[in-house]
Amino acid sequence: MSVKKFVTGNFYDEAVLFPAVKKTRRAGYKIHDVYTPFPIHGLDKAMGLRDTSLHTAGFIYGITGTATAVGFITWALTIDWRLNFGGKPFFALPAWIPITFELTVLFAAVGMVLTFCYLCQLAPFVKKDHFNPRSTDDTFVMALECTDKTNEAEAISFLQTIGATDVQVQYKETEWWLGRYDKDTKRFEKKETAEAAH
Amino acid sequence: MSLLRYESQVRPPLVDGDKDYHQVTEDICRPVEAKPSRLWWIGFLISVALLIFGIISVTVEVIYGTGQWNLNKTVGWGWDITNFVWWVGIGHAGTLISAILLLFRQGWRTGVNRAAEAMTIFAVMCAGQFPIWHMGRVWNAFFVLPYPNTRGPLWVNFNSPLLWDVFAISTYFTVSLLFWYSGLIPDLATLRDRAKKKWAKMFYGVASFGWTGSTKHWQRHEALSLVLAGLSTPLVLSVHTIVSFDFATSVVPGWHTTIFPPYFVAGAIFSGFAMVQTLLVVTRKVLALEDYITIEHIEVMNKVIVLTGSIVGIAYLTELFMAWYSAVPYENYAFFENRLNLNSPYGWSYWLMMGCNVLSPQIFWFRNMRRNLLVTFFMSILVNIGMWFERFVIIVTSVYRDYLPSAWSTYYTPTIWEVGFYLGTFGLFFTCYFLFSKFFPVIAIAEIKHILKRSGENYKEKMDGIEKQDTDGFAHDQAHDH
Repeated sequence: MSVKKFVTGNFYDEAVLFPAVKKTRRAGYKIHDVYTPFPIHGLDKAMGLRDTSLHTAGFIYGITGTATAVGFITWALTIDWRLNFGGKPFFALPAWIPITFELTVLFAAVGMVLTFCYLCQLAPFVKKDHFNPRSTDDTFVMALECTDKTNEAEAISFLQTIGATDVQVQYKETEWWLGRYDKDTKRFEKKETAEAAH
Repeated sequence: MSLLRYESQVRPPLVDGDKDYHQVTEDICRPVEAKPSRLWWIGFLISVALLIFGIISVTVEVIYGTGQWNLNKTVGWGWDITNFVWWVGIGHAGTLISAILLLFRQGWRTGVNRAAEAMTIFAVMCAGQFPIWHMGRVWNAFFVLPYPNTRGPLWVNFNSPLLWDVFAISTYFTVSLLFWYSGLIPDLATLRDRAKKKWAKMFYGVASFGWTGSTKHWQRHEALSLVLAGLSTPLVLSVHTIVSFDFATSVVPGWHTTIFPPYFVAGAIFSGFAMVQTLLVVTRKVLALEDYITIEHIEVMNKVIVLTGSIVGIAYLTELFMAWYSAVPYENYAFFENRLNLNSPYGWSYWLMMGCNVLSPQIFWFRNMRRNLLVTFFMSILVNIGMWFERFVIIVTSVYRDYLPSAWSTYYTPTIWEVGFYLGTFGLFFTCYFLFSKFFPVIAIAEIKHILKRSGENYKEKMDGIEKQDTDGFAHDQAHDH
């Protein structure tokens, strides 16, 4: 629930963006985020983001699926209701491998996608403020967060020197809210009040 | 180490034409944003008509029971399960392209994976119809799920391949859908941000889940895609393996063979790629996407077809050998009398299968045939006919003459409602595909942009200078990690 002030600049080439990210960090500016139309390998490293632990989550979900399948089938076929299938053992583990495997995959996939959506705040009817609609087309948008100490004019000229175009100051809501993209709803109605608060 | 990343200069570009990122967006979004053409409406309405015919056929079957189908005493599966296995097989190419080829770092997959995945999902939807409606009392379909019930609770038989099928198909459908949709989210956001009409802003706004393109989100997205690909790879192999278990674990001559799992998986990839070819040869032309789904893509897929077709051919021959080598009279009869003998009642279907699946794809050993669109389209239809007959041969020729001649059935032919049901799934499949090609980007926009710099034509040209470099200078230039 916070509207913050940002200085944003557009880039059109990865070859310009990468050194720009490095220079920005070296100069001590706080990069709020870089918005890109497609994944750029190594940009997360250049920005100093830590690795995601989504893999680990997926592994845990998968193990849960395995345990669920083996545990449930064992209970159902050896304890709850024993059925003699052609004189074979009640604990027929090899015959359970297919279902165990399928449930492992199912749990891992569903769990990971839900976790991904949760972490990235993705859901139907979720609305967020965007810095530039072209950032899903061909533009890499870098947003620097302005704190009390940031000299706005300096930040603007800095972005221009490292190759950004169309540098501007923007006030944006950083949280998501429920809304539709065809309606101009804002989480907080007036930008002026936010500006005054700063 | 970094030299390993270097891509051979000999390799032709994956995206034709001198394009930048914006041009890619424009090209792929154009068919979505434009009004549907007359051709689209004609195709769509034919599909809907077929779908309605299918619904009528199924309704008749539900009201009067499975007796409306011409199934008889020994042929209990007939067209219905033939169609089920056929559709499931077709539903294998999408995940193969998107998952296995992602793990193998095959750049060409980006041009075709989105449409192929969509096709997979629709094909699995069609496949699922057959076992469900075959139950007859379809309102009891939920009995296949292990839920606490008032009959004991009496659990389902977890040792049965038919139950494995329930889990395999439903898991496969769910995971494919998640994989496909998570890849679609960024592209739907692209459409949302370009949208001018109110409904489009709303639709793509809701469907894109509020995607922003943040670097952190992309990092997670990449991790998710990779793990889902890793999960889908064994999954796609398991699905048709389990379908083949439906047959292989029985004691019916002609079904009881250990070669079934790999043979079914190869056949599934074979027929799936054929269906991808059928759709993409038309789609690229109608939507003017020849620069993205290039002749190179078509050729690569034809290579897969000739490879998997030949694997299937070897499997057929192995089956014949094993039947002879087993010296079991019933096995011998099933293979050499019921199938191989052209004069037996269903001998024609075996030779039709052989001709379509084994002989005809051999034409793709010739490069100019692989690159010929007309031949490709014709062959893709032939392969799908052949693969349908493969399942028909396996099911019907194995069971229509049982152990006891007194139990032999009369010649099995389907009724209009059985055929109508099959046509109805074509209606479902193509209705979904037409809607998909109208409202969703048929090519993964973000993924194309991702490979554009490495494989776009203009960048290839820039690389020409490198060709003339001496080896040491080249190694020096390439030896730093990007």
